[in-house]
Amino acid sequence: MRDTPLSNCERLFLLQAIQEKKRLDGRQTYDYRNIKILFGTDYGCCIVELGKTRVLCQVSCELVPPKDSRPTEGILYFNLELSPMASPAFESNRQSELLVMLNRQLERCLRNSKCIDTESLCVISGEKVWQIRVDVHVLNHDGNLMDAASIAAISALSHFRRPDVAIQGREVTVFSPEERDPIPLSIYHMPICVSFAFFLQGSYLLVDPCEREERVKDGLLVIAMNKHREICSIQSSGGIMLLKDQVKPVEMLLLVEGEHENHSSERIKPFPVLLCFSSFVLMQRKEGGKFGFAESLPIERITALKRDEAPVEMADVKDTAEEIINRTESSTEVYPPGLKTRERSAASPVLVATGTAQVGEGIVNSWGLEEDEDDEVIIEDKGGGNPRRLQNKGELELSLWLYFRLLYHTVRLHLFSLVRPGKLQDSEDLMQCLTPRVYLDDLEEGAGHTEEALMVLLAGSTSMMASSSGISSSISLQLVMSFVDF
Amino acid sequence: MTDISATGQVVCMRGPMELDQSSPVLREYGSEQSLLSRPDGSSTFVQGDTSILAGVYGPAEVKVSKEIYDRATVEVLIQSKMGLPSVRERAREQCVRETCEAALLLTLHPRSSFTLILQVVHEDGSLLSCCLNAACMALMDAGLPMNNLFCGVTCAISKEGQIITDPTARQEKESRALLTFAIDSVEHNVLMSSTTGSFSVPELQQCIAISQKASEQIFSFYRDSVKRRYSKMK
Repeated sequence: MRDTPLSNCERLFLLQAIQEKKRLDGRQTYDYRNIKILFGTDYGCCIVELGKTRVLCQVSCELVPPKDSRPTEGILYFNLELSPMASPAFESNRQSELLVMLNRQLERCLRNSKCIDTESLCVISGEKVWQIRVDVHVLNHDGNLMDAASIAAISALSHFRRPDVAIQGREVTVFSPEERDPIPLSIYHMPICVSFAFFLQGSYLLVDPCEREERVKDGLLVIAMNKHREICSIQSSGGIMLLKDQVKPVEMLLLVEGEHENHSSERIKPFPVLLCFSSFVLMQRKEGGKFGFAESLPIERITALKRDEAPVEMADVKDTAEEIINRTESSTEVYPPGLKTRERSAASPVLVATGTAQVGEGIVNSWGLEEDEDDEVIIEDKGGGNPRRLQNKGELELSLWLYFRLLYHTVRLHLFSLVRPGKLQDSEDLMQCLTPRVYLDDLEEGAGHTEEALMVLLAGSTSMMASSSGISSSISLQLVMSFVDF
Repeated sequence: MTDISATGQVVCMRGPMELDQSSPVLREYGSEQSLLSRPDGSSTFVQGDTSILAGVYGPAEVKVSKEIYDRATVEVLIQSKMGLPSVRERAREQCVRETCEAALLLTLHPRSSFTLILQVVHEDGSLLSCCLNAACMALMDAGLPMNNLFCGVTCAISKEGQIITDPTARQEKESRALLTFAIDSVEHNVLMSSTTGSFSVPELQQCIAISQKASEQIFSFYRDSVKRRYSKMK
């Protein structure tokens, strides 16, 4: 699916509004949208709503061998996915530029800033470490995915608890949550990305752009900062040249926002929000109250409804069930295959249908016999081109396979004859070849012939070829197998 | 069933879910519609602790390789929270897709596509039936034309032979058979069934009968939620 393209008049309207310092949703230039963070029932799961942008994050852990270059450190793995639910333009399994940019920025913000202590994730140095996997799913795209993803990731990481382990020598015991309380990760600081969008060649700047504003932007500047006024990463994209005195006011802005907590109360600033939400959730969990996404369903809204536990009536279920079973007829007759074989007591593997007939019973299966014979090489005298017989197990099996394949074709009453040109022109020679044997020609004499014969053999087995060069059709079973010396 | 009070506060004391139930019970369920701004229809369905978020786009453009000349193409995508999609999700997608194809009026939109995306927000048993319920509410929210509504009900047969509806993850693990049925709203027929484990024919018929009884409650819930939603319109 493709996203609807932005019309020219909409673009002009947005740019003009920005020039007049107006935004679509009535915000000021430096205002953030409302942030809501909801935590789930299991540890490490959270949903962040930044205005209408919605992002789900789940943290999980696993014991794995560490990387060779860092045997004493745990592994952090980040995976951000743009769900097709978020926008019609997103398709699953498509590497778009936006996806790569978001993944990279998330990694830089959280891994390169060393906000998680990876040394504490080591269990046995060089053998077992914890791998913390952070999966971020974007559910609704209304602009500023980067900020929402970074808030979701760091909230989920602070909410997450890993299982407790006990090490005895080289044995590791992992305790379940019921046996021992799980342990939180050790987090040094919480970096959060803040996005600034630039318009009209850098002359205008907006914080937290919504989706429409993002479409008309010229450049984007993402700064990751923490509470201690440290910049964790800066990324500028869009090819816009920013002067130093344009970037500085932006930094000052973030510092100012962090300090003044009694700013205008309508818009929530990112930093204090995180602290109060995580502590609120922990309190609820301890009191034994209900928690999780089920509880956070906003029941005061007209689009939401909730029902309590209700029993299902089971009164006449058994009667209905029995009635249905008695009504249906049970079919237990087994129809034997084919009409003709009804008289036969034993089931025959050969299905006799119209258009086929069988000549004789066929030769007795001799596959099993060959395994008992010795692997001997019997070489007969070379006299006038007598064929050598080599009883090698592998060759015989192959020859027998070919034999039975050809037998199958003859049962279907197609004439099959194979003539080794230049060697067997008489019927007497052909009669000699009735038993399955491997004939090896002398290399000098028969190399060329055997190849031809082999090719004819193969051609004959796929298309039923009639005999050639005057051999009478009364000899129906004619088999010659020649193999080039292996 | 208690009504929602005017202030919207529901106070309910409930102990932890226990296994001994004399009669099969549907856990508390709830849903919210139109919660996402981008998809044409969206809904979230919560059954106990299992929570699924569904979004649907349609009728929309379809790739030429996937288009059908006289009907719409239905695509279903189930995304789990962790890890890459596996065969298990594909099997569930197929179950949901076949139910949607039976319910939607596909011939009204030839050479178009309906894309349904389901995100597992939390898993605690009865996952497939929660997916079906969320899917139906999302299709209703998008206003797509349908033959009938559908709902999903999961039954678990415990080792003693007791039938439990809407099992939690723990109950599912301890059961010997798990059956999920999609029931239609008009004639209460079975649209889709997905079962694992061993059970006898009378047990199967009993589970179907119980699912049909339980589906009546879910359909009345659909009706009430739509009534509530449009109650302010004059």
